[in-house]
Amino acid sequence: MSDTSKTVKQDPEPASQETVAPADDPTAAPVAVVDPRLLIREEGLKGYWTEFKRKVKGGEIGSLPVVLGLIVIWTVFQLQNDRFLSAENLSNISFYLSATGMLAIGLVFVLLLGEIDLSVASVSGLASTLFAVFVVNHDMNAWFSLLLTILVGIGVGTLHGWFFAKLGVPAFVVTLAGFLGWNGLMLWLLGSTGTINIPDTGPVHLLGQRSFFMDQAIIGAYLLAALGVVSLLAGSLIEQRRRKAAGVPHRTNAEIALRVGLLAVAAFVAAYVLNSSAGVSNALVIFLACLVIVDFVLRRTPFGRKVFAVGGGIEAARRAGINVPMIRITVFAIAGGFAAVGGMFFAGQTQSASLTSGGGNTLMLAIAAAVIGGTSLFGGRGTVWSALLGMLVIQSIQTGLDLLNMNTSIQYMITGAVLLGAVVIDSVSRKSQKAAGRA
Amino acid sequence: MVHVSATPVLALRGVSKRFGAVQALTDVELEVHAGEVVALVGDNGAGKSTLVKTIAGVHPIDEGVIEWEGSPVSINKPHDAQGLGVATVYQDLALCDNLDVVANLYLGRELLHRGVIDEVTMEQKARELLSTLSIRIPSVRIPIASLSGGQRQVVAIARALIGDPKVVILDEPTAALGVEQTAQVLDLVERLRERNLGVILISHNMADVKAVADTVAVLRLGKNNGSFPVKDTTHEEIIAAITGATDNAVTRRAGRRTTEAAK
Repeated sequence: MSDTSKTVKQDPEPASQETVAPADDPTAAPVAVVDPRLLIREEGLKGYWTEFKRKVKGGEIGSLPVVLGLIVIWTVFQLQNDRFLSAENLSNISFYLSATGMLAIGLVFVLLLGEIDLSVASVSGLASTLFAVFVVNHDMNAWFSLLLTILVGIGVGTLHGWFFAKLGVPAFVVTLAGFLGWNGLMLWLLGSTGTINIPDTGPVHLLGQRSFFMDQAIIGAYLLAALGVVSLLAGSLIEQRRRKAAGVPHRTNAEIALRVGLLAVAAFVAAYVLNSSAGVSNALVIFLACLVIVDFVLRRTPFGRKVFAVGGGIEAARRAGINVPMIRITVFAIAGGFAAVGGMFFAGQTQSASLTSGGGNTLMLAIAAAVIGGTSLFGGRGTVWSALLGMLVIQSIQTGLDLLNMNTSIQYMITGAVLLGAVVIDSVSRKSQKAAGRA
Repeated sequence: MVHVSATPVLALRGVSKRFGAVQALTDVELEVHAGEVVALVGDNGAGKSTLVKTIAGVHPIDEGVIEWEGSPVSINKPHDAQGLGVATVYQDLALCDNLDVVANLYLGRELLHRGVIDEVTMEQKARELLSTLSIRIPSVRIPIASLSGGQRQVVAIARALIGDPKVVILDEPTAALGVEQTAQVLDLVERLRERNLGVILISHNMADVKAVADTVAVLRLGKNNGSFPVKDTTHEEIIAAITGATDNAVTRRAGRRTTEAAK
């Protein structure tokens, strides 16, 4: 950063909110005295670039591995099979990523505490089985069964959280027990039948592959894209005005334009691609809606702040009057709830509950997605968007390997390697963050 | 500054605290007035930490009375102390490394705007607070992990002020700091006094005590061993009271309070 000018500027954005581009504000803010050793970013796009380079060196890589990973993966698979980047296949990826993505959302909460939940896949399998039992064996209303299933998921998570927070059993062990136990309960419920087919109605149809936003109307996808872009633009402008009024640093128009522009390109290209296949699946729409809501909860509500605080320092959180056990139990309950919702998504994909529900490598994929997306295993750092970004990578690999007719054995080995790679990136970046005084 | 105000904002009257077979505090008296810096000194194990923990609500007292603005109160948990207006800055600062300065300042008492964290107002007020205290940090939006030890200390003290306390307890605020940072923290202590807060300062460093304190309260083996106005007390007299190597002249000189004669 020797080329950095020493103008008096401030960085108004917490690092935790950063994504790919460094999102800082070069607008002037009157500060009385500034330490001359302080590195200040220069204005304009060059400033962004130097700041970006410095952050990468300092280990604040954010979503960079995802972007690079996606480019590499898509290039490799496209070279192997030219159907990979076809609209149909991309549309498949967007549909199938939502189920495991739901598990990943719950895992992001747990990872923010610096803990792990190994039971989410088993709980999702249990949820789809419970739903099938309610609807098929007991003839219950499908929507009521859905509600009941999610409540069971929340209850299971609460139980894990209670053992962890109140009895002090390591979360790793509690959820490992859950991993086995809930899978056992699912097998017991399925009994001798093995597979229960669920009629394609109600929530199962909604989450299935033949249910699309606004019944495949072309305008639907573009409406969604426009909604996202307009919300970001409006939100940024309102924030900018409030910050200006309060006299604190704010984003410049150029920066807002850049961010909104990037989102607009991504959203409308995605809408175009999905439209040239079949449309936007409702499962994806629900997944995206959950992401937006959870992101808001984590970044803008006292509860979200408390989750980050507990992940960053338990003692500090306790001294600040935060009820640490309560936060821990709530977070595990949320993970259980999202696991149950994810189970419903799986049920929607297969329209059945079977012995293999929530089995195989589902758990590994969900954890890998959250970590690849940039949520740290060490707690206190991450965003819920990592569930989406990570799942894009993971589902691309899965779908690509399927296209190439790879054996399950190879798939497992590759998934294992990807998970290991993600954790290595996380650990290395944390080490360099420490070296750069940022962790 | 010599305190002339009638009622101390915080007063301990005959406070005792036992841990099992150990009598940690015996009949301890302490008065803190608004706008007064009371240095609490004593050797390791003299009971300083126990005393501040009883005030902060970490350890409830066994005997005696804690008076708040003249009326007896019971402080049984940290929440009680915070409710009264006692803010404590412990030696291990307990800040969240991953959160930025604003988030740490307002941790646990975020300002809300229709149920949503009001980042803009929080940032504005944080900047105001830090500038009135002449605290210099690079930005209020960088994570605590990026700050130096001295900067963390001043952030921790500033954080204690967010809840508008009347008494601030500082546990060894300069213990790990360099020359410049120590001076900054001492400046800050003086600014707390200017804001008419009562300050209890625990320190082993006599230079710091002489520099900012108005009154020195000495603890020895869990008992009061003199309370001196800093202006007319020498270094040696305080040391003597701390170590117990004192003839009765010191306590006679202190005069105002009836303490057990040093052994």
